[in-house]
Amino acid sequence: MHDHAAEASLFKRRALFTFFCVVALLSVLLANLYQLQVLSYKDYETRSNDNRIRVVPVAPSRGLVYDRHGKLLAENQPFYSLELIPEKVKDMSATLDALDAYVHISADERESFLEALKHHRRFKPLTLKSRLTEQEVAIFSVNQYQFPGISVEAGLRRHYPYDSVLTHVLGYVGKINTRDRTALERTDQWKNYPATKDIGKQGIEKFYEPQLHGLPGHLEEEVNNRGRIIRTLKVVPPEPGQDIYLTLDLKLQQKAVALLAGRRGSIVAIDPRDGGILAMVSSPSYDPNHFVHGISSKDYSALLNDKSRPLINRATQGQYAPASTVKPLIALLGLEEKAITEKTRIWDPGFWQIPGVERKYRDWRRWGHGWVNVYSAITESCDIFFYDLAYKIGVDNMSRFMEPFGFGQVSGVDIAEESAGNMPSKDWKRLKYNQPWYIGDTISVGIGQGYWTTTPLQLANATAILANRGRRFTPHLLKAMQTQDADVALDERPPIVLDNPHNWEVINEAMRMTANKSRFTDARYTAAMKTGTAQVFSVAEDARYDAKTIDERLRDNALIVAYAPFEQPRIVIAMVLENAGWGGANAGPIARELLDEYMLRDTEEPAL
Amino acid sequence: MNSHQGRKNIWLRLHIDLPLLIGILALMSFGLFVIYSASGEDLAMMDRQLLRMGLSLMIMFIVAQINPEVLKRWALPIYIAGVILLLGVHFFGETNKGAQRWLNLGFMEFQPSELIKLAFPITMAWYISKFPLPPKKRYLTGAGIILLIPTLLIAKQPDLGTSILVAASGIFVLFLSGMSWAIVGTIAAAVLALLPILWFFLMHDYQRTRVLTLLNPEQDPLGAGYHIIQSKIAIGSGGLWGKGWLDGTQSQLEFIPERHTDFIFAVIGEEFGLIGSMLLLILYLYVIGRGLVIASRAQTSFARLLAGSIILTFFVYIFVNIGMVSGILPVVGVPLPLISYGGTSMLTLMTGFGILMSINTHRRFVDR
Repeated sequence: MHDHAAEASLFKRRALFTFFCVVALLSVLLANLYQLQVLSYKDYETRSNDNRIRVVPVAPSRGLVYDRHGKLLAENQPFYSLELIPEKVKDMSATLDALDAYVHISADERESFLEALKHHRRFKPLTLKSRLTEQEVAIFSVNQYQFPGISVEAGLRRHYPYDSVLTHVLGYVGKINTRDRTALERTDQWKNYPATKDIGKQGIEKFYEPQLHGLPGHLEEEVNNRGRIIRTLKVVPPEPGQDIYLTLDLKLQQKAVALLAGRRGSIVAIDPRDGGILAMVSSPSYDPNHFVHGISSKDYSALLNDKSRPLINRATQGQYAPASTVKPLIALLGLEEKAITEKTRIWDPGFWQIPGVERKYRDWRRWGHGWVNVYSAITESCDIFFYDLAYKIGVDNMSRFMEPFGFGQVSGVDIAEESAGNMPSKDWKRLKYNQPWYIGDTISVGIGQGYWTTTPLQLANATAILANRGRRFTPHLLKAMQTQDADVALDERPPIVLDNPHNWEVINEAMRMTANKSRFTDARYTAAMKTGTAQVFSVAEDARYDAKTIDERLRDNALIVAYAPFEQPRIVIAMVLENAGWGGANAGPIARELLDEYMLRDTEEPAL
Repeated sequence: MNSHQGRKNIWLRLHIDLPLLIGILALMSFGLFVIYSASGEDLAMMDRQLLRMGLSLMIMFIVAQINPEVLKRWALPIYIAGVILLLGVHFFGETNKGAQRWLNLGFMEFQPSELIKLAFPITMAWYISKFPLPPKKRYLTGAGIILLIPTLLIAKQPDLGTSILVAASGIFVLFLSGMSWAIVGTIAAAVLALLPILWFFLMHDYQRTRVLTLLNPEQDPLGAGYHIIQSKIAIGSGGLWGKGWLDGTQSQLEFIPERHTDFIFAVIGEEFGLIGSMLLLILYLYVIGRGLVIASRAQTSFARLLAGSIILTFFVYIFVNIGMVSGILPVVGVPLPLISYGGTSMLTLMTGFGILMSINTHRRFVDR
C-alpha cells in the first residue's frame, strides 16, 4: 500500500525545496538588516544618540556690581532649599513628621508639597521648602543621615545688600517675562538664556544686562527611556557675566539718602571732571529685593498707588521747573549776547512791566532789590533783572543757547529710565499747542519757570558744564568693566566755546559769592551755588503766597545746584525737594551737609 | 551509518543527536549572554533562565527516549485532549492582558495552546501518513478539519502568533507529504482570499493597529509605532560591528520594550551589529539544516513528516520574530527561539527537539 522508497524520495525533494526557501527567507531578513545597519546606519545612530543624550543648559552666574571704591552693591547670594526625591522616600508622611522636628514644615508647605507630588516624576527632586535659614541648613545637615532622598540644594539669587539705597540706580532683576523674551529675541540674545531665570528689569541691571549676564554652558547627560539621568557625559561650564564698577561713591550715596529721609525729592552728584555720577538718589525709594523674590501683587499695587510715587526715578524722570537755579545760565547768555555787561545796572522796584502793558510781574521780594547788576542779581536771585533780560534776548535765543547744556533732551546716562524735560521755543509751542508764543511766556522762562522743565540729572549736568567752563561729558554710571584694564572711555562732547571766555568767570564768581554769603560762609572749602524755588501752583497776580496756609502738595519745590571746590570743582550737585518751600532755607542746609561729607573726608579714598 | 551499527555509540544509546545538541547549546549560551545584558545584568533572572534551560534539556532528554511509534499511538487522544482544553480556556480561562490563554489548574497556570503546538503536528503526521503519499484530495478534508479547529480556537483567544505557528506546522506536514503543487496553489489562493475575512471579522482592533503600524510606524511614534521605531533604531545604530556587549544604549537605557523577551533580537542587533546577527542566523540555519537531515533520514513517513514539521515551525519562530523586530512583519507575540527569556516556549521547543532526537535514534528499532 505504501511505496516507501517513492515516499522517501518525494519527501527529500520537498525537504530540499523547503531548505532553499528557508535560505531565501533568511536572506530577506539579512538584506533588511543590511539596509538598517549599513545603509541607514548614520541615520539610526543619530536617532539613538538623540534618544539618550539630553543637553541641559547651565545658567551663567551674573556679574557683580561695585561702587568706585570696590564696595559690593549687587551680589549673588546662595539660597537653600530642601529637595526631596519621592522614590527614595518610603513612608512620606512619617518622613515629613520626623523632618518637622528639625526643620519646621508648615501645614501650608506640607499641603502644597503633597499636592505637587501627585503630578511629579518619582525620581526627580521636588522642592519641599525653599529659602531655608542658615540655621535650618545647619540643623538639617547634621541630621541628614536620617533622611535618605532629602537634600539641601543651593542656588544663586541676586541680592542688594543696601536695600533701598541704590534702587533707582541699580534697578533690579526679576523673572523673565514675555516682553523680555521678545526683546531678547529681537536682538538675537534669547539663545543665551536657556537656563537663566532672571533678567535686569531696570537701571544698571537692565542697561548692562548683556555684560552682566554672561554666556550659558551646558551638561550633556545620558538619560534612559523615562528621562532618568544615568550619567553626565560632558560639561561645558558657563562663562560668568562681567563684574562692573560704577562711578558711584557709596558713602556719598548713603549720606544723600539719609538727608532725603522722609522727604520727596532727588539728589544727583556728578564729578565734573569726567561726568561720572557720584550719587543719584530718588526719594522715597523701595527695597528692590522684594522684586527679585517675586513681589506679591498686594505689595506691588501698594507701591504703584503710593501718592509719593516711589517707583519713579525722580533723578532722571522727575520733570521740574528749574526756577532760579538756571539764572546763572540766563545771565551767561545775556553777557554773550551783549544784552548786558558785567557793569549793567537796572532798578528793581519790586515789579516789572512789559513796555506798554499794564500787567505787573512781581519780584519774590515785594519791595524790590533797588539797583542790581549781574552779580547781585544772581546772589539775591532778583527776578526783575531776569524778566528784563529775558524780554531783551527772547525765547528762541534762550532755547538755542540752552541746548548744548543738555536741556530738553535726554542726557544719555546709562540707565534707560530717563525723561527729556522740556526747553520751550516758539516753534515748540506752535507744534505742541497750536498757540502763538506770548511775551509773558518768555518772562516765565527767564526765571526758569513756565514751560521749562528739567530733570535733576540735567540740572546737575548743566551746572557741571558751567563749572567746567564749557567742557562737556555724557553723564554716566559705569566706571570700569572687570575684563578691561582701564576705565571705560569717556564720552566727551565738543565743548561750548564762548565769544568771550571771561563770561564763564563772571557767572561762576557770582555763584561763589552766592555760596559764600549764605550757606558756605564758614565752610573749610570754597563752594559755588544757586538756589531756586519753583512754583507748583500759580499764585494769582498780586496774591500772597503763604506756605503755612497752602496745601502741602501745592507748596513750592525747593531746588539747589552747587559745586566745590570753587577752584577746581570735584563735585557738582543738583537737588530738588518737592513741596518743601523756599529753596535757600530748605535745600541749602542739605547741600551743605552733602558737600561737607564729600569735601571734608580725611583723605580721598583711592578709586579702583 | 555503518559505524553506528557496528559499535553502540554512547550518544546513540542515550538517544541524543550530538550535532543538534551542539547547535542548541550554542544558541542557549548565546542567549544567556544576551539576557545578561538585556536584563540590566540581573543575576536572579540569569538563575531562573538557567533553571529553565536545565529543565528543558531534561524534558528533551526524556522525550528523546520515547519511541516515535508511541507518540503516533497517542497522537489522537492528546490532540482531542488539547482541543477540549482549548474549549475549556474559551469558557473558563484566565484573562491576562486582554487575552484568554491560561487555564488555572489550581497548582499552576497552564497554556493549552502550547500542548496543541506539539500534539497538532503529531496528529497531522499520523493522519496523513496513514494513507499512501502523496495524499489524495479526499483526505484533505479531514486534514483541513484537524487543522482548522485548533487554529481558529487559538486565534479566537486571541493569540495570533501561536495560531500562525500551529497552522504553519500543519501546512508543513501537508506540503512535505508531497501534496500536488496544484493543491498547494489552491490553498495559497484560499488563504489570500481569507485575509479580508480575517481582517474584518477575526482580528481585534489592536491587531489591526499593529499591521497598520508596520506599514507606517512614524505615524504614531509615541503610541503604537513606539516599539517598532525604538527597535529599529537599536538595530540600525548597531551598525556593522555593534556597540559591544553591555554597551547598547537603546537596550541599557531601556528604550527597547520587552527587550529580554520578544524584542531580544534588537539587543543582539544593537550590541553585536550585522556581523553578530549574521552569525546568529547562520547558527539557526545550521540547526534547521540538521533538523531537515534528521527528517530526511527517518525511516517512516510519519517520522519524516513530524520531524520536518517540527523543524520548519522552529524556522517560522525565527522568521516571524526577527521580521517583526526589524520591522518587516507586524508585531505578533512570538519569541526568538532558545534565546528569549521565558519558560513556556522553551519547554515546547525542547520537547520538539526531543522528538527529533528520538526519531533520529530510534530508527533501528522501527519495523519497516
